[in-house]
Amino acid sequence: MKPDKVFLLHIQSGLLLQVSFFRLSDLAFINDAQVPAGVTTFPSSAQIVSEPLGCVLVISAWNYPFLLSIDPVIGAIAAGNAVVLKPSEIAPATSALFAKLLPVYVDNSCIKVVEGGVPETTELLDQKWDKIFYTGSGNIGRIVMAAAAKHLTPVALELGGKCPAIVDSDVDLHVAVKRLAVGKWGCNNGQACIAPDYVVTTKSFAPELVDSLKRVLERFYGQDPLQSEDLSRIVNSNHFYRLTNLIDDKKVSQKIVHGGQRDEKQLKIAPTLLVDVPLETALMTAEIFGPFLPIVTVEKIEDSIEFVNARTKPLAAYLFTRNKKLQGEFVSNVPAGGLLVNDVALHVTNPQLPFGGVGESGMGSYHGKLSFDCFSHKKAVLIRGFGGEAGARYPPYTAEKQSILRGLINGSFFALVLALLGFPREKR
Amino acid sequence: MAPGLGVMGEKPAAATTKHLSLGSMASGLREVYESGRTKDMEWRQSQLRGLISLLTDKEEEIFDVLHEDLGKHRGESFRDELGILVKSVKYTLQNLKKWAAPEKAINSCSLLLQHLLHHAHHSAEAPLVAFPATAMVVPEPLGVVLIFSCWNFPLGLALEPLSGALAAGNAVVLKPSELAPSTAAFLAANIPKYLDSRAVKVVLGGPNVGEELMEHRWDKLLFTGSERVGRIIMTKAAKHLTPVALELGSKCPCIVDWLDGKRDRQVAVNRIIGAKWSTCAGQACIAIDHILVEENFAPILIELMKSTLKRFMAKPGGMARILNEKHFQRLSAYLEDTKVAASVVHGGCIDPKTLTIEPTILLNPPVDSDVMTEEIFGPILPIITVKKIEDSIAFLKPKPKPLAIYAFTTNESLKRRIVEETSSGSVTFNDAVVQYALESVPFGGVGHSGFGQYHGKYSFELFSNKKAVFRRSFLIEFMFRYPPWDDSKIGTLRHVFSYSYILLFLTLLGLRR
Repeated sequence: MKPDKVFLLHIQSGLLLQVSFFRLSDLAFINDAQVPAGVTTFPSSAQIVSEPLGCVLVISAWNYPFLLSIDPVIGAIAAGNAVVLKPSEIAPATSALFAKLLPVYVDNSCIKVVEGGVPETTELLDQKWDKIFYTGSGNIGRIVMAAAAKHLTPVALELGGKCPAIVDSDVDLHVAVKRLAVGKWGCNNGQACIAPDYVVTTKSFAPELVDSLKRVLERFYGQDPLQSEDLSRIVNSNHFYRLTNLIDDKKVSQKIVHGGQRDEKQLKIAPTLLVDVPLETALMTAEIFGPFLPIVTVEKIEDSIEFVNARTKPLAAYLFTRNKKLQGEFVSNVPAGGLLVNDVALHVTNPQLPFGGVGESGMGSYHGKLSFDCFSHKKAVLIRGFGGEAGARYPPYTAEKQSILRGLINGSFFALVLALLGFPREKR
Repeated sequence: MAPGLGVMGEKPAAATTKHLSLGSMASGLREVYESGRTKDMEWRQSQLRGLISLLTDKEEEIFDVLHEDLGKHRGESFRDELGILVKSVKYTLQNLKKWAAPEKAINSCSLLLQHLLHHAHHSAEAPLVAFPATAMVVPEPLGVVLIFSCWNFPLGLALEPLSGALAAGNAVVLKPSELAPSTAAFLAANIPKYLDSRAVKVVLGGPNVGEELMEHRWDKLLFTGSERVGRIIMTKAAKHLTPVALELGSKCPCIVDWLDGKRDRQVAVNRIIGAKWSTCAGQACIAIDHILVEENFAPILIELMKSTLKRFMAKPGGMARILNEKHFQRLSAYLEDTKVAASVVHGGCIDPKTLTIEPTILLNPPVDSDVMTEEIFGPILPIITVKKIEDSIAFLKPKPKPLAIYAFTTNESLKRRIVEETSSGSVTFNDAVVQYALESVPFGGVGHSGFGQYHGKYSFELFSNKKAVFRRSFLIEFMFRYPPWDDSKIGTLRHVFSYSYILLFLTLLGLRR
């Protein structure tokens, strides 16, 4: 469904990074981590050992069907698990590709692909897994978690939300708008969980922002975006109609300031800008996941933080400003899976940063080492010897024993010495 | 002046929810949280100090309520609950600022230099397309969290997670188990006195109150209890996408290898008894459930256990009480199975009037009997013999993953095999239960024993959201990010993502802004 070039661009970005990160010689982090053991259990040593969880299920989404399948699967394999991948049936070509190619390149006995739709997924969810990793919508996320509960299976849910982008007036507008545009329409024409869903800016700056966006859109996609090869189409007719319904609502359509064209045959919708759409409309309440960018205006830019926080916690939130104070407030006061200042979406390219949601946007995170951790159990191992026996631990609990024990637990070396010397001396 | 202790000329708000509905309590707490009160570092520190004061001021009362609820001797209560709680909260207080500080992820600038100076070896940070940038991970509170604690360590299992939730900056609702009513009442009465009652609430009641609480959305939930209730909790939590951590039970096995020397044997037996009967009479998720030992060593072990038990239990107070009639019936029923009764080698006497079951040792009860399939949670210790001690690993493998595996052995290769071939929340060699007291290791289960870990820094992290923060400047722009795309742009991106910087540099020379 995507133009070839966009596809390559995006799979390269996620995939190569993850694969290169997991080069075997770099798997240093699977070595046991030694940790301090302390006075209370002296002498002893302690370690944290990573071990695989077992058999894990990865259910991926349709919008980045290759990346969102392979990325978690890499983590699961690196952590030593057996994996079943259930790619999205809404991206059938990619799903079929996995079913055909994956068994050829990896160990088919422990890494399997199961294709199918709702009935197959339901049956998979009835089985017992050691972890389930799901990327998709909040509604299905709830179903996945409830199914997992039957077997006490831990889950990671990478869900969506409305990712806000706050744009201040003190920015380098040309650069900001390009980044905003590529993050919105460059990412699958808005069909990405981290695409900016809506923009918040001041009433006074909005016209300039809209003009700049129009210019950049023309530069990226030409006069007639529906003819541009660089614009992804909408995944299927279901979503196409879902989206056109959103803007055909009278309250919404009158707020369109740019775009709105659609081509039913090609399933394409042009990048569309709207200003101050009424907040109770479907466009403003549900995750858009499409090429519409509503712009909400506020009196002063500081009000934008309150506006964003009044909504459910997003997967990502964006702020374009040079104002350090505003940046600081944004970072401290806006809860989200990830925050970007002066850019959009790029945090996913850094494998050291956790990628995941919070609240309605999900639970659990991955990328880089965190993918490994996501599919591992961190087992605590405490090693003691037979020395260092503290009689004070055991009943009968005399007053003497209690005071030594008190000292031991409080980390007192003196108490430790007394305990090691065998105090209190008991009559045998 | 730091906000915090309820004792600032203000009357603490009603601790119980007789007057408020749970719904309005939950939304009230959310408002308090949104006001930013609990995020403030001084507030968090004052709450932790408040907890320490509560534990030190009220020590005698704590011993009383734990004795009332479970018959614990003050020595046991101090060792297992009070003492380690104070230690843990102090540790949290000492490290809080460090844990709450943003962590830098390596930025691409210094990395690029590294790459250019050495060879083009891979390290994974932001590729050049994001240069220059700074990347950080910023911990933030989750919001309003709910803690369900269990009856067997009614103080510890309530306050340890509470301290972690407060340290992470959350508002908290604590629902202690109604099966330990004196401790629950103690918490309800004292928490509002020592902590900020606007942001920390104690809700008393039984399962119906628990169910009502689950009708609401929480930003995180920690449940300690049985598998059966754990499933119910997680199913209800799914409706609201409330992330959960479940600390469940299991049959914690203890492998006892052939031990030479009187001293080692005595130490092992001391520790085994300590981890079974001295720990809430075996009613603990990490108590030793059963023993696996070589058939040759079993008689030696049993003899030594008998004599040591005699000494340890010489005076009253050596062992806590069975919780209640229901659990007494459950445990007696294990011994009513004739084959199990025939396997008793020590103890076995029960007194329904006082709800006592003396320390009981079984030798090779049938492996399909209830006592061998259910979590015992009581003072009955089955010993299963194997031909060679290595066989115990094969015995354990098909069983559900326990919260802890214990092994008394000096054999390094056996230790290694146990760590590598079995899975459990934790493994402890040559001791048992003490891992609970160590802040540096995570405490939690895997598989049927649960998920989510806490203690020490892990408690802080359990109740935090680690937010990724990425900053860029407007200065440098790479045109190959933007459409319209063509093969040369894709080519450039290939170089970028493969970290082929020489090729990239050459290509860049040809690009305009």
